Parts: sequence; C-alpha cells; structure tokens
Amino acid sequence: MEKRVTFKGWLLPLCLIAPQVFISAVFFFYPAGQAVWQSLFIPDPFGLSSQFVGLGNFEYLLGDPYYRASFVTTAVFSTLVTLASMIPALFLAVMADRLVKSAGTYRTLLIWPYAVAPAVAGVLWMFMFNTRVGVVSWYLGQLGYDWNHVLNGTEAMGLVVAASAWGRISYNFLFFFAALQAVPRSIIEAAAIDGARFWRRFFTIVLPLLSPTTFFLLVVNIVYAFFETFGVIHTITAGGPQQSTTILVYKVFSDGFVSQDLGSSAAQSVILLVVVGLLTVLQFKYIEKRVHY
Amino acid sequence: MATVTFDNIKKRFGPTEVIKGVSLDVADGEFIVIVGPSGCGKSTLLRMVAGLETISEGELRIGNRRANDLEPMDRDIAMVFQNYALYPHMSVAQNMGYGLRIAGLPKAEIAAKVQDAAKLLQLTELLDRKPRQLSGGQRQRVAMGRAIVRAPSVFLFDEPLSNLDAKLRVQMRLEIRELQAKLGITSLYVTHDQVEAMTMADRMIVMNAGRAEQIGTPLDVYERPATLFAAQFIGSPSMNVLEGEGREGALWLGAARLPNPTGHRGPVMLGLRPEHLVPDPEGPIAMQVQLAEPLGANTLLHGKLEAGQGFTASLPGVHTVAHGGEILRLGIKPENMHLFDRATGLRLG
Amino acid sequence: MAREITGMVERRGLGLWLTHLGMIAGVLVIFFPIWLAFVASTVTQPEIVRPPMPLWPGDQLIENYTAALFSGVNVPVLSMLGNSLIMAVGIAVGKIIISLTSAFAIVYFRFPGRNMFFWLIFLTLMLPVEVRIVPTYEVIAGFGMLNSYQGLIFPLVASATATFLFRQFFLTVPDELAEAARVDGASPMQFFRDILLPMSRTNIAALFVILFIYGWNQYLWPLLITTDPSMNTIVMGIRQMFPSGDDVADWPVIMATSILAMIPPVVVVISMQKLFIRGLVDSEK
Repeated sequence: MEKRVTFKGWLLPLCLIAPQVFISAVFFFYPAGQAVWQSLFIPDPFGLSSQFVGLGNFEYLLGDPYYRASFVTTAVFSTLVTLASMIPALFLAVMADRLVKSAGTYRTLLIWPYAVAPAVAGVLWMFMFNTRVGVVSWYLGQLGYDWNHVLNGTEAMGLVVAASAWGRISYNFLFFFAALQAVPRSIIEAAAIDGARFWRRFFTIVLPLLSPTTFFLLVVNIVYAFFETFGVIHTITAGGPQQSTTILVYKVFSDGFVSQDLGSSAAQSVILLVVVGLLTVLQFKYIEKRVHY
Repeated sequence: MATVTFDNIKKRFGPTEVIKGVSLDVADGEFIVIVGPSGCGKSTLLRMVAGLETISEGELRIGNRRANDLEPMDRDIAMVFQNYALYPHMSVAQNMGYGLRIAGLPKAEIAAKVQDAAKLLQLTELLDRKPRQLSGGQRQRVAMGRAIVRAPSVFLFDEPLSNLDAKLRVQMRLEIRELQAKLGITSLYVTHDQVEAMTMADRMIVMNAGRAEQIGTPLDVYERPATLFAAQFIGSPSMNVLEGEGREGALWLGAARLPNPTGHRGPVMLGLRPEHLVPDPEGPIAMQVQLAEPLGANTLLHGKLEAGQGFTASLPGVHTVAHGGEILRLGIKPENMHLFDRATGLRLG
Repeated sequence: MAREITGMVERRGLGLWLTHLGMIAGVLVIFFPIWLAFVASTVTQPEIVRPPMPLWPGDQLIENYTAALFSGVNVPVLSMLGNSLIMAVGIAVGKIIISLTSAFAIVYFRFPGRNMFFWLIFLTLMLPVEVRIVPTYEVIAGFGMLNSYQGLIFPLVASATATFLFRQFFLTVPDELAEAARVDGASPMQFFRDILLPMSRTNIAALFVILFIYGWNQYLWPLLITTDPSMNTIVMGIRQMFPSGDDVADWPVIMATSILAMIPPVVVVISMQKLFIRGLVDSEK
C-alpha cells in the first residue's frame, strides 16, 4: 500500500530517516557483518592476529558434540516452553471467555506476570526450588522426592521451562482471549442450535477459527524461547548441569564472553541469524495469510 | 475573486493520458460544475487547480497569474473534500482556523473570522465540538466553513454532497448555491450527479474519458447536447437512443417514419427524451409497454419498440397498464428530436 | 448487546461455579511465585534458611526494603532502579522518536533510496541483540561507551517494530487530511506536528508501555556492558547479589529487590491495561 499524496523534497525525508538508518548501520549491520567476517577466522590466543579458516569454524561446530547437543537442547527447550505456555493459556482463555461479566477482572489478574522480566522470573522460580531453602523442593522432599536441579539435568530443564513458560502464559492468554472474543456469537449460536455441545463446538468451530492466532503464537513463542530466555537460564542454571540447559543463545554468550572463543561464537551467531531469518519468513507467511483470512 | 483560465490542460500518469486537453475561461464569480461518470478525470482536473496534482501540459491561470507551479497555499483557493477531511483531533473552531494559524494571523483575528464564518453557516453553537460529535450535515458545514474563513478567490468542491442522504443533499445544494451567490466567489464544483449539475451550475462541463464533451449552461446542454454522451448523461430518465436512417424528407426508424428535422441523409443516431414523447393515436412510434412506474406527477413507461429496442416514455399524470403487452402509440415534435453522427457521436444540425 | 441473549450458550449453575473455580485455581498458580517472593521479602533470614519458610507475610517488610533500597548487597537498589528507569525511558522515548520520523519519511515522501532504507530497517527485525552480542559489544567498547547510559540505550533503540507500527497507522490516515493541510498552507513538518502527532497519541502511548517494559526487562545487554556496579540495572543486578561459592544468599533483601524490580513494569501494565493490550495486539500482528 502506498500513499497517493506525498510531500515534495528529498532532503527533509533523508534527515528524518537518518537517525534510524545511522543507528541501524552502527549497531545492527556493522556488528552483523563483523559476526559473519569473524566467523571465517580463528584468532590466535593473544588476539594479536587471526588466521583465515573459511568455513572451518562452521565445520568444527557441526562436528562438535557439545554444539550438536546444544541444538537438541534448544529444540527440546523451545518445544516444551511453547507447549507449556500455550496450552494453559488457551484453557484459561476459554474459561474466561465464558465468564462474561468477570472476564475483565481475571484478565487484570492474569496479565501481571507478563511485566516480570525473564531474569526476575528465573530468580523467583530458583527461590521456590532452591535445594537449600526452596519451599516447593522442601515439600517435595516431604513427599519422598529428592529434588535437585543443580545435579539433575532433567529437573534443571523442567525448572527453566517452567520459569520461562510462566510469564508467557499471560501473553498467550491475552491473544487467545482477544481472538475468542472476536469469534462471532452468531456462529456459536448456530452451532448450538445445530445441537453441538460445548466441547464439540470448541473443537469443530472455535479451535479452527483460532488457528491464525495459534499459528502466530507458535512462531512468536518459539522466537521467545530461542532468544529471550537467556535471563532465565543464566539466573537458574547457568547452562548446567553438564550443559544440559545450554541453549544456542546461551552458548554464544558463554563461548564468546566466558571462553573468549570469538571465531566459534561468531559462527554460532551466523547460524542463529539464519534461524531468525527462517522464523521471520515464517512469521511473514502468517501475516500474508492473515490478510486473506 | 478571480477568473480561472484552463489553456489546453493535459494530465498524464506515465504513458496514459487521463486529461486530454481541456480549455475553459471561468468568469469572476461564476459557478462551474464539472460533471461526468467516475473515472472521467473530473476530480483530477479539480485537483490540478488545487495544486494537488501537477499539470503535465498546458497552462492554468488563476486571476491572470500562471498557477502551474504554485503551491496549493499560494493559489488563493480553498477546497471542500468529499469526506470533508476534518482534522479529527481538533475542535470545529480549530479546524476552521488552522489555515489562518499557519498563515500566522494573530489569534484575535483568527477567532473573529471563525466567528463570522460560523455565524454564516449556523455553526456558532458547535465551535467547541470535535468532528466525531457532529452529524454528516454539520461536518459538511464545517468543511464549508473552513473554506470560507480563508476568503479565497476560488472555491473548489470535490463531490461534497455524496456522503449525505438524499434529503440533506437537496438542502445543502441550495445552501451552497445561496452562499456562493452571496459571497460571489468563483467556484468549481465536481459531481457525478447530473441533477446537482443541472440545478447548481451557471455553466457545466460534461466530461468523458478525459475530454470535455460539452461546456455550456444547463439548459444549453439539455436542449442542444453537443454529443451523444452529453445527451445521455444529462437528463433523467436518460434519453432513448435509436439507430435511424435519414432519407429524403423523412427519418426511418425501422418501419416507423418520423420527420427529418435536419434533412441529414444516411445512418444516424436518434435521441428522444422520454419526457418529450406524447401519446398520439396517429404517432409513428409504437411501443409495447411492459412496466409502468408511477411517480405521482408523471408515470414512466418502460417497454420495447417493434424491432425490440428498449424504450422509455415519461407521460404526465397517471397511466396504468392493464397487462404487459399493451401497445401505445407515441409522437414527438421535430424540434425535440436530436440527431447524432453514428461514427463520431457529434450532434448533427 | 448480543451477549445478553446468549444464555443458551452460556454456562449457568454448577458449570458456572466450576469455571470460576478453575479460573481462580489458575490465577493462584500463576500468582504463587510472586506471593512467595513477597512473603520472603517480609521475613527474617533465619526464617527462610530453616525450611519450610512461612507462607504468610512477616513483620520485616520495612526493614528489608529499607536495607535493599539504601544499602543493597553491592550497591543500593535505589541506584539500580534509577539506572533501569533511565534505560527504559531512554529506549522507549528514543525508539518512538526515531520511528515516528522515519515512518513519516517513508510514508509521506518519495526520495532517492527510499526503498533501500525501507528494507534496511525491515531487516533489523531479524537481528535480535542476542545473536550479535560479541561484535556489538566491540562497537560499544570502541566508542568507549562501556558503563554508560549511551551504551545501555543506543544498541536497543533501533528497532523496526515501532517503525512498522507507525507506518501501518500512517497508511490508514486518510489522504485528504494531508491534502487539506496542504491547501491550508501547512509545511510537511507542520502537518507532522499539528495533525499526525496528535492523531497518533494513543499509538504512541501504547507503544511507550510496551517499549518501557522491553527496556526495563533487558538482562543480557546490561550484564555485558556494565562492569561497574554503580551502572547496574535492577533486573541484571539481582543476579549479582548472589554470593559466589558457598556463602548464604541474603534472601530477604534479594526478594525485596525482585519485588522492587517488578513494581514499575507491573504498575505500568495494570494502569494502562487497555492501551497496552491494544498496542500489543496491534504491534505483533
């Protein structure tokens, strides 16, 4: 879509767009270019010179069992976060949608966690499950379950998933709720007159109508799990135990800043760029579809 | 107040020519209506006068000053838009005064001018309201007020009444005309509604496909349409157009023999206005009536001629049709017959 | 409203109460972590380290919060709050300003390179800071912006989302308004200031809420570039309050800090709920 009416001149618009272009160039494109460039080199240990290795860093990464494990970890993590945040959210939204009068109150109560930073969420959950002082872990101990996410990789994964999904439930709830409210009442009524009972109506009519929202949230939540959960992992497990919660973004950080392995970190950045690119394309496919929906 | 001169104005969008050369002298204080079907270029023509579209070729003079390259604000014009284009976040008074504020007039002077215009348009009570709190007719008045406040030399109206309901349209039509007459400001008014054109214009331009088909007073255009297009566009219900054959002393419409007012020979298009037909048992036109639409003062009869062409007659008073298929014989005065060239559509005689 | 006559498809009696019960259970589960943090911020350290800790608030609220705000662990939390506020407001305001002007340029002008710039901005959608941290860090270090507000704010200011939201909105503004403004003699910037900006008020406010939270909740970036504790933001500063090694964390103060870190964004979200939801649903679409 374009405006039919425009103002004349080219100097003024260039000045208007300059700040954003400048900041994008300095803080986005230059660093992204640097990432691509650095990914082709291995610096010597003193950082004085570097050796061109072509795709060597990528070759090494793809052969590295730790990196491949990190891919699997990320896949498991993001799948679990997406499911654990979307299913409860849909369930809550369906219930809230039926409580016409009090739906607003519940919504107000439920949007809180959205405002809580992932890193703070991590601290809260780490506190609940802390092996020494955690309330939940203590009660689990009373029930005979010895919770220890510091040593047990599965429990660690469960905890970072729960902490990451927690704030996201609010976000997904808002979208599902808005989408449910937008389902025309007449369609529901027609289905009711056709004799469909509640769950039947939900699965045959409401859920299909929600599919654009569901697809959108799917993509957005995967992006979230990939890139925005760093704070949760850093505060709760720092990637451990034995790298069992080291997702790709965390590995870029730990290899680049902790181990100072710049070539590898840059190559990982480039791989992540490709992943983000694919996810963005997916998101835009969705937007295009939505136009026709 | 000013004259406006169009000197062979053309407009091209890329390779397509949408205005194919329009020339016109608008006298000071004249009310010109530009009328035509959608896509004929009438709005583009108006927007070129406003300075919202560039002029590809030709010269536009406002008050004897070349205006082709002037900014809208320097042309001394004011415009009323189809959807009014009121600034939604400004009150009525702010809307009307915005142009004066831009021009840097002192606040008191702006307020006084807005008050005057508001009084003229009976908007005084509404000055503090926002556009969304107004009815369609009131918004229309505010849009007018915004134009008046600036005391321009030329008013431009772009289908200003098309968003109003039928009743309001008739009322606003009169108001606009009265106001314009009172202020004596040269006006260009675009519409697709031929009734508006007939009732409001001093002179009208009938446009079709980027060309001015005819420029003249409403009665001129009605009585002596210059082209087949103008003939059919102006007048309601629209003119019957039939293929005829001019011969010695007569015009043949299939087997029907009509007088030949121009004496033209050969194939022609014959135009007959429905309201000019009169019932006449001896009349040459035989119409098989299929449907009657009683309008009260007159009745529209729709049917077919012998050769199957659709035909409409408008007869005074009430006519009932007992059943479809009734044959009605009609006649027409020679001076009410319009002949056009079959190839060019131009008027003959 | 149509809703009033939909009794047939609405739940009544037992079903209604069960639904309420389900909702309340959901709300309680969602709330529990926050509640626990709040309780922990009102009791003494011994009460926490001797599990199980109480589930009802104690009487140490004022003591713990005072300790957090004015002494903290490394630095007073008050200074971290200040840094967070500057960063969040800086990012929100900065983004809104550069997005407004660039969207205005893209929508209302035709100038050389317009398409190229459009795509350049568009591409930044695909580059979250997390995937380019090392080189971006080097840029900031090169400018000498480590431990500075500019360093905290600038890399996060350019984002395509706000530009796109404004572009979408400007495209819905009727063309006639710009034409009327031209006929009224307004220059492009006068049109921008007098017509476009006031019309964008709700969009600007909604975006401010979202961007404020985005800025406030940043973690990785401040973690990298603020090595000086006096420049720490509160969200990243909490993690720095945990002792290394086997020392026992000062839980009441840490939890009071967590609560303090949540309050500003939560207050903003709750108080501007309607705007925020509208902005969220619009901007993400």
